[in-house]
Amino acid sequence: MSNDTQQVTLSASQLTRRFGGKTIVHDLSLTLKHGEILGLLGHNGAGKSTTMQMLSGCLLPNHGEISICSINLLRQPTLAKKHIGYLPETPPLYRELSVNDYLIFVARLHGIKANATTTALDQAKQRCGLDTVGKKIIGTLSKGYQQRVGIAQAIIHSPTVIILDEPTVGLDPAQIREIRTLIRELGDSSSVILSTHLLSEVQSICNRVEIMRQGKIIYSDTSENMQQYGSVSGFTISLGNPPLLHELQSISGITDIEQISATQFRVMHTSDHNPSDTLISLSGERNWRLEQLTPLQATLEEVYVKITASENASDGKTK
Amino acid sequence: MIRLLAMRELRSLFLMPSTWFVIAALQLVFAWFFLAQVDTFLQIQPQLAQLANPPRVTATVSSALFNTVAILLMILTPMFTMRLIAEERHNQTFALLLAAPLSDAQIVLGKFIGTVVFLSLLASLMPLMLCTLAIGTDLDHGLILSNLLGLILLVACYVALGLYVSSITSQPIIAAIGALATLVGLWLADTTTSAEDSLWHSISPLGHYQNLNAGLIDSSDLAFLFLFTTAFLQLTMRRLSNSRRYG
Repeated sequence: MSNDTQQVTLSASQLTRRFGGKTIVHDLSLTLKHGEILGLLGHNGAGKSTTMQMLSGCLLPNHGEISICSINLLRQPTLAKKHIGYLPETPPLYRELSVNDYLIFVARLHGIKANATTTALDQAKQRCGLDTVGKKIIGTLSKGYQQRVGIAQAIIHSPTVIILDEPTVGLDPAQIREIRTLIRELGDSSSVILSTHLLSEVQSICNRVEIMRQGKIIYSDTSENMQQYGSVSGFTISLGNPPLLHELQSISGITDIEQISATQFRVMHTSDHNPSDTLISLSGERNWRLEQLTPLQATLEEVYVKITASENASDGKTK
Repeated sequence: MIRLLAMRELRSLFLMPSTWFVIAALQLVFAWFFLAQVDTFLQIQPQLAQLANPPRVTATVSSALFNTVAILLMILTPMFTMRLIAEERHNQTFALLLAAPLSDAQIVLGKFIGTVVFLSLLASLMPLMLCTLAIGTDLDHGLILSNLLGLILLVACYVALGLYVSSITSQPIIAAIGALATLVGLWLADTTTSAEDSLWHSISPLGHYQNLNAGLIDSSDLAFLFLFTTAFLQLTMRRLSNSRRYG
């Protein structure tokens, strides 16, 4: 019930964007509520970045409406943009400025008064872990720190809607973890929309998922519900002393087996019968020297296939 | 907001070592021309003295010097204006301004004013050299002031045109060459046309500077320089709004 009463911070309806004769985003609608983290999932070229650019006001849609906190972004852009924080795919950093100078400039750009900038600056730096690098020149910082400065510029004016375009791309695993924690924190006070092509990213931080393909939203649900599409009945095994392929195939429950390398196999099984226990005990008996057993994660492509398949099935039923 | 953007431009310029190098090299060139002009004046002074109404030192030295500076700035301005939008697009930092609560006019005016102020500062170091002549002679302050006014208006024209060319491409080098070719083209069209009443004489900013250079403030020249600047600023604003519309 509380979800229904939450304030809608961003709503976009029937957005269409064409470049030349090609439609990149087609009839896309989405809404974002306060405190929600929405993941926009899709491959490169699915239209995610174009959508993000339209939502941030950098690009006008050919058709459709966008409103930020009930202000029309297309008719009153300067008013609406005060509520938006946007991190493009490449962080827009002036490499010759120091972190402090750059963030102060961005704060003033978003209309923060001169006497309030110091507080905003300290807060943004503290949230993004930039306390120690304030005086450094942006161009000399590592990629991870530059990405943090990018996020800091998007949140320094405490916007209601934060738009992050692939915020973890090009970062190492430790940095990815830090940025994800930060995004989760941001979700407490603002609404966040982020784009990514990583399934795991959406599963770990987002409340809700929209999957885009060829400029259209093909799936929209909560992140928990999407996880069923992310699981696959199968695993990969490494055997130090592998038996012949047909010997493995004969184990009950295994539907398909594929040899990846001399010692590695991809094993598919029925969803109700997992043969991993049998396999482990057989390996002990027959000295196959089991080294590794990893459950398979669905790729985005497989999720697409499943979603499209289930959509087709439900279409068939309704017909 | 316009002031904020202008200050940011100035700050970035002064943080780059290349800017200081350009300032230093240019001062050397200015000084060289200045000394050469003073030298010429000293050589022809005995002949000038025989004329009924001889040109004074200010007219001989400063007019020639200001004219040289005007031509040098024509070549130099595109190097600074190419950064303004083309380089920001190239480095993908322009999204920051596009997504900020700013109008296109504010973005354009901020960048324009920042660059004009910078180039005016750069050019105004040269009149300081002229002031050293005051030690030995009386200067014609009116002539220097009319030249300064003309030079600032001329720089505004150059920057407005450079800004427009910068807004139509995302390659800084093309922005620089494009602006340089247009400015030099307008200048050549003016100087190489022999017919007195040809239209080519009236479309060159440098051509309209000549009266001011000689100390004559003509309202039609001022109007031309002002309109030239405004027209290209308007075109740039239009170009920005179109880039949001057409990508």
